[in-house]
Amino acid sequence: MKEKAAILEALIFASEVPLTRDRIAEILSDTEKKEIETLLEELTHQYEIRGGGICLTEVAGGYQFRTRQDLAPWIRKLKAARSAMLSPAALETLAVVAYRQPLVKAEIDRIRGVDASGALKGLLDKKLVRIVGRKDVPGKPIIYGTTKKFLEVFNLKDLSELPTLRELKDLQGNDGEQQDQGYEGRTPAEDPL
Amino acid sequence: MSYEIKLDIFEGPLDLLLYLIRKNEIDIYNIPIALITEQYLEYLDIMRSLNLDLAGEYLVLAATLIHIKSRLLLPPVEGDEEGEEGEDPRNELVRQLLEYQAFKEAALNLEGRPLLDRDVFTRGARAEELAAQEPEEEVMIEVGVFELVQAFRVIVSNLDHSEDMAIDTEKMSLTDRINEIMERLSEKKELTFTELLGERNDRKRVVYTFLAILELMKLRMIRAYQLGPFGVIRLFLAVEG
Repeated sequence: MKEKAAILEALIFASEVPLTRDRIAEILSDTEKKEIETLLEELTHQYEIRGGGICLTEVAGGYQFRTRQDLAPWIRKLKAARSAMLSPAALETLAVVAYRQPLVKAEIDRIRGVDASGALKGLLDKKLVRIVGRKDVPGKPIIYGTTKKFLEVFNLKDLSELPTLRELKDLQGNDGEQQDQGYEGRTPAEDPL
Repeated sequence: MSYEIKLDIFEGPLDLLLYLIRKNEIDIYNIPIALITEQYLEYLDIMRSLNLDLAGEYLVLAATLIHIKSRLLLPPVEGDEEGEEGEDPRNELVRQLLEYQAFKEAALNLEGRPLLDRDVFTRGARAEELAAQEPEEEVMIEVGVFELVQAFRVIVSNLDHSEDMAIDTEKMSLTDRINEIMERLSEKKELTFTELLGERNDRKRVVYTFLAILELMKLRMIRAYQLGPFGVIRLFLAVEG
């Protein structure tokens, strides 16, 4: 292994959070960004062909070592089963926030047809959703968006990795205007972080 | 018909409607409103008889369904001023249903991903610990009067009540306080409410400071921001210089 690849491996291993390209470039200041990119690719590939229990995963805009998915039952034994899953209501709310952010609660309520206060509070507590700001309309409603932790928990590189929502079929007798502000062909907004 | 299903599996009225559409193998673009309305209302009856807390949203959708049904029965009015002629009264509901369905799928999709601490794990440290170490992702939120009043109440409740008896020799006017705040802000750019009060936290001073801040906010001379809900309130000059 090249010395630089070894350093990179050590950096990612020692980092508590997904190590971003920017941070790597800061530390390996004499290395070109392009070379870092190649090193990252090579390292990821090495872990793939090795077929071990650890994968080098690109997540939340950085790199992190994560265990192989199919080994989860073993790790769960080790961790004494403590994986609190989100309720369907929380997941739905999270999906709406993830795809439509930044947005206010009224929009979430409208899409889901129910009051989202409870689900939203749970997501805020879990730090999957955060307050982005306030909308400049009467009442100054709070604007919500997803967090970096959301990307980490859901194993996403960035928001663009979310699959596109199923497209709306054209409705007969509809002038189409309303659909334009819908999600037809829409990809999630760039991560506002 | 049997209703041997758990009612709490529904995430809301739209979810119940989608369930009925699937159960009856109905084309979502051509919903037989009469049939669906009837079944929907039956479900509401069951929920009520089970003493389930029937959220108002369920009733709103029931009303919508009945409204659509009535509109379908009426012949289209010629030259309808609302410009709705020609449009199927069901369209709005269908759009809502499709939108909701798309997000329901997206939610399932999210759940199917390799989740941290469920399917994939990182070295040692638990996610919670990581979150605690991460710098808080916070932005400044502009503060309204409500938050200020909250801060005021906290400070007043922390006042030393024995002070109430002291004879106050310091003369204070609102104008003086306003000028003082503006002066200090132009020096320091940023001050918290507590910093503004200084050490002498007697009631009169707190009240005057609070009134001065409110006045300055009203005049848009200063702005108040906080870092997230319940964060420290910081005051800034509205205009630099």
